[in-house]
Amino acid sequence: MGNTVLLIEDEPNIIEAISFILARDGWQVKTHSNGHDAIRAVREHDPDLIILDVMLPGKSGYEILEQIRADPDYGEISVLMLTARGQVKDREMAERAGVSRYMTKPFSNADVLHAVRALAGP
Amino acid sequence: MTGSSIAGSRIRDRRQLAGMRQTDLAREVGISASYLNLIEHNRRRIGGKLLLRIAGVLDVDPSVISEGAEATLVAGLREAAGDQESRGVELDSVEEFAGRFPGWAQLLTDTHRRNVELERSVESLTDRLAHDPHLAESLHEVLSVVTAIRSTASILADTRSLEAEWQARFHRNINEDSQRLAEGAESLVRYLDAAPGTEADIKSPQDEVDAFLDAHGYHFPSLEAPDGKDEERVDQLLAKDRLLKSAPALKIAHDILNRYQADAGRVPLKPLISAIAVSGVDPAELAMHFGVDLPCMLRRLAMLPSEAAGPTGLLVCDASGTLIMHKPFDDFAVSRMAGACPAWPLFRALAQPQIPFCLRIRQAGRAVEPVTAVAVAEPVAAARYNSAPILRSYMLLMPDRQGHDMAQEPEEVGTSCRICPRGDCAARREPSITQDGF
Repeated sequence: MGNTVLLIEDEPNIIEAISFILARDGWQVKTHSNGHDAIRAVREHDPDLIILDVMLPGKSGYEILEQIRADPDYGEISVLMLTARGQVKDREMAERAGVSRYMTKPFSNADVLHAVRALAGP
Repeated sequence: MTGSSIAGSRIRDRRQLAGMRQTDLAREVGISASYLNLIEHNRRRIGGKLLLRIAGVLDVDPSVISEGAEATLVAGLREAAGDQESRGVELDSVEEFAGRFPGWAQLLTDTHRRNVELERSVESLTDRLAHDPHLAESLHEVLSVVTAIRSTASILADTRSLEAEWQARFHRNINEDSQRLAEGAESLVRYLDAAPGTEADIKSPQDEVDAFLDAHGYHFPSLEAPDGKDEERVDQLLAKDRLLKSAPALKIAHDILNRYQADAGRVPLKPLISAIAVSGVDPAELAMHFGVDLPCMLRRLAMLPSEAAGPTGLLVCDASGTLIMHKPFDDFAVSRMAGACPAWPLFRALAQPQIPFCLRIRQAGRAVEPVTAVAVAEPVAAARYNSAPILRSYMLLMPDRQGHDMAQEPEEVGTSCRICPRGDCAARREPSITQDGF
């Protein structure tokens, strides 16, 4: 597996912080910050793993996840979802949409690194 | 309607509870069945030794019959027992309990009512938290900023030999974010402070409106001007009010008062009072006299001072059967929470809009007088193909036989199924907790 991560998130300082820690861990980090053309960004950057925020301008994370899962080239990709609400209903929606892993804000840097490494496999 | 006038009703209730026939009781106490029948229908006064004998045969304390218990208190107790699903409550001695321990009984019903109110508050609070878009958005904002700060702070703390350029950048980010966090938290606090959240006002808008109308005795002298509609007067009235707190309650009250003002313009107070003095309170007659529709007259009669039209109650519902206004009436119990009885003329009128009903009815299982009910439903918007039925049904409640000479025997209707003793009822929704006793 390659080492490109696509981070789809609209909060600039979260983008900067996560990009920094992932880059230090040896990942190639690409970022994208709105929902409208997220799927186009996926094709363009051809990532090995996607970190996806639920609340994005233009389109919700769940919708984007469904599009990704329906895509012939990226249907199997690992997706780590970020949300500000840890309610059971949100988790269920994410699981139905086919999320690989799910994280609730506020998370720690160690949480993110741990999750990304686990998704990348051994 | 308390006091000895309904001792007969209480004898009838106790006899039925004991599963005894009229003739048997009459024989035991040494009077004719027809005389007992007159007593039971409150046509003959009863006192002294006969009362003692009847109480003895029925095995109840004489005071239960002679004083009785406040009917609403008994209804309240039945409601409390019904809502609690409590087994082992001695329902057959509910009147005795209310009669012997009125203070405790009142405490119990008050506690129950408070309980129901609190449950409703919890529901509306939960609703607010789950469905309030502003709250959800504010929380999301705060959590996002907290995440950014946490992440940035831990980079600054944990990264050994962080380049000066990165360090400066993260310091700047953390500074920005902390400002945003402060603003977000502040606006959240402001929102929670300002929102209708203090205990006293987490009532339904309908409850607020009921309290408001009740505080004014359902009568508004300032809207009785002869020159008809004047929006300002309604606004002035509402501006002075302290009971209506939520925006929906204000809107409902506004609509009711505007309608009140329009009705007062069509049926002015003084001529109405004179007409009542001449021909009594017959709503259909009065409606014809003033050339107005019956619903207008029912609303008008319900909102008169009681010295002008006697005591009146009013129920209004829409086509779904949902009660949208309720002016309480002593001898007719209504529970918004427990649901109503389909046998009420209010609901019959819904099935035949614009056909008025005038019936003597009496609520089963309650030691109360019959009441006169005048009901009619009217369309309140123009008909369209396949549209929802836009109907309002009105039921005016008045003392028995008022204004209209009715030969009809009072018809038994229920209060709500849980506490209704009517055995053979096709309209029943759920079993009654009082039926075991029969």
